[in-house]
Amino acid sequence: MALPSYASPVQRTYYYAYLFFCAVVFFFLIAPLIAIVPISFSVSPFMVFTDGMLTWPPDPEAWSLRWYKNMIGDCSADVVSSTVPCSKKWMVGTVNSLFIGIIATAIATALGTMAALGLSRPHMPYKALIMSILISPMIVPLIITAAGMFFFYARINLVYTFTGVILAHVALATPFVVITVTATLVGFDMNMVKAAQSLGARPIRTFFKVIMPLILPGIISGALFAFITSFDEVVIVMFMASIDQLTIPKQMWAGIRQEISPVILCMATCLVILSIVLLTTVELLRRRSERLRGIKSR
Amino acid sequence: MEVIISTAELLTTDGIPLKQSLKKAERRNKIRAFFLVFPLLLFIVVTFVIPIGDMLMRSVDDSQINTVFPNTFEEYKKWDKGEDDLPPEEVYKNLFLELANGDKRQIGKALTRMNYAKSGWKSLIKKTSREIKKIVKKGEEPVSYKDTMIEINKFWADPTYWYSFNQMVNERSSIYYWNALDRTYNEEGDVILQDENRRMYIKTWIRTLKVSVYVTFFCLILGFPVAHLLANLPLRYSNLLMIFVLLPFWTSLLVRTTAWIVMLQQNGVINGVLVWLGILSDDGRIQMVYNETGTLIAMTQILLPFMILPLYSVMRVIPKSHMRAAQNLGAKPAMAFWRVYLPQTIPGMSAGGLLVFVLAIGYFITPELVGGKDGQLIGHWIAYHLKTTLNWGLCAALGSILLFVMLIFYWLYNKIVGIDNIKLG
Repeated sequence: MALPSYASPVQRTYYYAYLFFCAVVFFFLIAPLIAIVPISFSVSPFMVFTDGMLTWPPDPEAWSLRWYKNMIGDCSADVVSSTVPCSKKWMVGTVNSLFIGIIATAIATALGTMAALGLSRPHMPYKALIMSILISPMIVPLIITAAGMFFFYARINLVYTFTGVILAHVALATPFVVITVTATLVGFDMNMVKAAQSLGARPIRTFFKVIMPLILPGIISGALFAFITSFDEVVIVMFMASIDQLTIPKQMWAGIRQEISPVILCMATCLVILSIVLLTTVELLRRRSERLRGIKSR
Repeated sequence: MEVIISTAELLTTDGIPLKQSLKKAERRNKIRAFFLVFPLLLFIVVTFVIPIGDMLMRSVDDSQINTVFPNTFEEYKKWDKGEDDLPPEEVYKNLFLELANGDKRQIGKALTRMNYAKSGWKSLIKKTSREIKKIVKKGEEPVSYKDTMIEINKFWADPTYWYSFNQMVNERSSIYYWNALDRTYNEEGDVILQDENRRMYIKTWIRTLKVSVYVTFFCLILGFPVAHLLANLPLRYSNLLMIFVLLPFWTSLLVRTTAWIVMLQQNGVINGVLVWLGILSDDGRIQMVYNETGTLIAMTQILLPFMILPLYSVMRVIPKSHMRAAQNLGAKPAMAFWRVYLPQTIPGMSAGGLLVFVLAIGYFITPELVGGKDGQLIGHWIAYHLKTTLNWGLCAALGSILLFVMLIFYWLYNKIVGIDNIKLG
């Protein structure tokens, strides 16, 4: 969208002001995420750029991996600082987050894919109503969901258990699977199913041999959305998990609330890298899915 | 020549009319489709819809205290407040007996409830219970329960305590909703404003709406040009720039919130840069976080992708020739933009605006962490009553009101955009 050659000086000014404004907004979007990376390598126990970090040539004294060591639970002498506690909590949290995330993702993906298949059939009754119920967990604010689930799960003794947290996360994650898989199924050629069945394949075989290979990119994207939803979720965990059932977001929450420690930034840096990986994967999958369905890349 | 085919007359090979056979097949298909959706539907209903319904019920539920003092309340309802200053003997007697024989844990729960109605109930009943136990142990039966109780504690002759029963004697009560709007019942059972120092919810509701409106507005102002740029650049570049929008969208909310604390705090990056540039003196650093400003800045950045993405998808399909045509016909660029381009982006603006607004009013994590004292939204009080005061009725009422407001806006969103048009990534 370049400027035409006949543009007047005023138009030029507006055009460059507009580009500058966009650049500022892009900077606003991305700068906070970039800024935390160097600070996580700082020696200082405060979350700031120290003077030593800003000099040129770089001052090796100002940089270190001590907070990363702290994060993985290595509490040797050069790591420990009087203001920053060192414990295995971050690693315990990571293991728990992965555990909850993987189980919740598996259940959510299976249930969500099945439902999406049903919803995409032309004969589905009450489609709009069912769809709005199925995606309601995505719409209702988390704090309301957390309150409602806490009251209800307290009645059936599921609070302060991993089971309760996992059930809650499955409920929160399924809308993402349903939406992504339904979107992949738009334009899916149902004649292929009929062809498979007329050749004698039973429904389950048809699914695994014909449908699934074609919609796999959608299923994987949905699963990744589900995983990140569970992996990033803190409100439910705060209310429904017991004090020692730590997860990464819960530990970060505690870190921000009580001990503003640079270790949070190390974990944050790791999570930014994780999100870059996930974003790339989903984008590649989306392109592959469009290719598979014969939709021309835009 | 006209050919009329009636399906009723056509038969399948087994001799069943085609219409009937088709209907049967369709029904079978319907059942199959439903069978696929059923497990998830059941799961969501059990783990999500019922809990939310449970919360709605809890917001009007006052049955616990009614199971503890059923007879007292029954007698209390008969008391004619215009005639007698104090309730009749029967009320005192039933309360005495129910306190003496009731389950201690249940009474404890009821006491918490009574204290919401009037502070002082808890200590009054606790003191009285102790004396009652003594009397019961001795095996005495008081001649007048009324006099005995007043003798134990003179507050039993204070009608304001008795008046507060008004709001508890029914199994369903709207008191929590009134509390959530800074109102309570007075002695006559009329709805009145809370004492000045106890009014915090209306203030927070207004702030929640105000912050949401501001955030939506800022997102629109910041998001519109960016979406326009992305929609009009060649795909090679716009796909690249899209990373700037999608990366924050995919990054953990807590990471982004932490990042804003790092940026905005007094020793933070922004203050540091401003001091380095000489705009601020070293001791004139601005407090930008742990207040409403922090909430506004952080929420705007976090919700901006939700504005840009719908706007982008609308703007991408607006033909570029429209603007050129308008200018060809003599419109100045500004006029062409205002009259031709902008009206076509309204669906995108309303979709993005509603989405951002709805997400903003229910926000909890970010305001809680960067909001400090005066940047909290209503989610804060829901969490506070859920975890700290355990006033679950009030918590549920606040949640229900929020839910109701959300649903109105979602209904609007559905009318304008359609819920099934939600897309990800």
